[in-house]
Amino acid sequence: MRTVLTVLRKDLLLELRTFETLPAMILFSVSTFVVFHFALDQSTIAGQLAAGVLTATLLFAGLLGVNRLFVAEREQGGFDGFLLAPVDRSALLVAKAAALFIFLVVLEVVALPAFALLLLGPSLGPPLGGVVVLLVLADLALAVIGTLVSAIAIRTRARDLIGPIIALPLLIPALIATAEGAGPLLAVHGHTFPEGRWLLILALYDLVFALLAYAVFDFLLED
Amino acid sequence: MTVFAVAPALPLHTAGKYVAAAYIVFVVLILVYVAIMAVRLRRTERGLAQLRDEVAAREADRADERDLEEVA
Amino acid sequence: MSSYSRGLRGLTIATVATIAAALALVFFYAPLDADQGFIQKIFYVHVPLAIVSLCGFVLGGLFAVGHLRTGDRRWDMRSYVAIHMSLIFTVGGLITGSIWAKASWGHWWEWSDPTLVSYLIVFLLYATYQPLRFSIEDPERQARYASVFAVVAGAFVPMNFIAVRLSQGFVHPRVLTLTGGRLPGSMQLTFGISLLGIALLFATLWKYELAAKSTRMQLRRLRRAVLGEDAVRPLGRSAAPS
Repeated sequence: MRTVLTVLRKDLLLELRTFETLPAMILFSVSTFVVFHFALDQSTIAGQLAAGVLTATLLFAGLLGVNRLFVAEREQGGFDGFLLAPVDRSALLVAKAAALFIFLVVLEVVALPAFALLLLGPSLGPPLGGVVVLLVLADLALAVIGTLVSAIAIRTRARDLIGPIIALPLLIPALIATAEGAGPLLAVHGHTFPEGRWLLILALYDLVFALLAYAVFDFLLED
Repeated sequence: MTVFAVAPALPLHTAGKYVAAAYIVFVVLILVYVAIMAVRLRRTERGLAQLRDEVAAREADRADERDLEEVA
Repeated sequence: MSSYSRGLRGLTIATVATIAAALALVFFYAPLDADQGFIQKIFYVHVPLAIVSLCGFVLGGLFAVGHLRTGDRRWDMRSYVAIHMSLIFTVGGLITGSIWAKASWGHWWEWSDPTLVSYLIVFLLYATYQPLRFSIEDPERQARYASVFAVVAGAFVPMNFIAVRLSQGFVHPRVLTLTGGRLPGSMQLTFGISLLGIALLFATLWKYELAAKSTRMQLRRLRRAVLGEDAVRPLGRSAAPS
């Protein structure tokens, strides 16, 4: 547990000092909203369309963060240092996933109001709680799968390319559940809380992938 | 209670074309695969022949050296 | 290690016989479907291809587990060939599925068919397997990372189908199967033989490819033993534990 917190603190401090990843993710999502405005030729969107645009944008911004996750470790020998230390190797997985999760949450704190301002027709106030719950579960999926894929991709030659193409199919079921769950919430006079079905799918997906990642992560660190 | 379908020959209306296309895709995939394997097999056989020739050449060299030594 | 070629001839003969029998059954025995007519015959090649390819992916994952647990690279080779073969079968399944969709509904793709959509997603995932493998230079690490991928992806296959199907609950999905519930006995028999034929085909080609790989490997070892290290050119893209 202490290892996890130490590594996590290091990553958060690093981000605070260098501001490499988060601003890029935020800028990317806001720019993407602008692109969507022109691509769809609409001033406001609602319902399923809005849910789709929001989910897709957050997904792609998240993938940007995924690419950067292990860069410091690779470039400065952090992997070797970690392997030499007498700690549980899966702690690296938990710490990195936690860091990515925090980045995603911060991203959404900025991106969601931006979305409400720029593109969303109906007010975000009433369904906000439901949207937040959905996004938290989706962020968990993105964090776990993103960390796993990043760890795989970081040792390959084409790392920035390999990461997203592996992550996207793996994330599609989570994406489906998030977008379908958010659709009724973002509609005009929509619901305020998503259907239990989508939350269940997301929660199960998170659980299964978390266990799977925990089981295989050790094999990625061996050298 | 066997029911035998009418007309085994492929009818040439539209439905037949689609069914034929599907089965042709299946056959073509298999044949392409077999062809690729045949190419690889030829390459392996060539490698084997090369190896055999190299070994024979080395045997011949060694035999020559032995002859030379006996004389000396 | 060249035990892969043992029994290969018998297996091939069984495969040819079964596929021939299946084709005969499809075109001479199975009755015409009431709804779809002659078009339904595609069912006997599309569905077995899809089922066998999906099982092949899961099998690849199981072989990969064997590799991760024992460290023996031969398991990795078996996993690689199984996944490689399944990918080819998946292409066949997607194309035949698309042809069936065009014949049934008039367009080449149908988003409201959950099975076909899940199948596409699985294909997109496994299409990244070879790019991943061959972008890792160290052969030991390549095998290990590929196995991790195979295990995760293998677990993903059933999860994906469940998730997509759950998400289609309310919309009436158009499904590429036979409408009208249970298959009559004659169709069941035809389907069973077709499925068996394609499964045997998978097994035959899998063995065949492994025999070829293993022979190539032994040739390299022989070259190295007889002619020395320099005579052996480094392998390009290969999953064989040279």
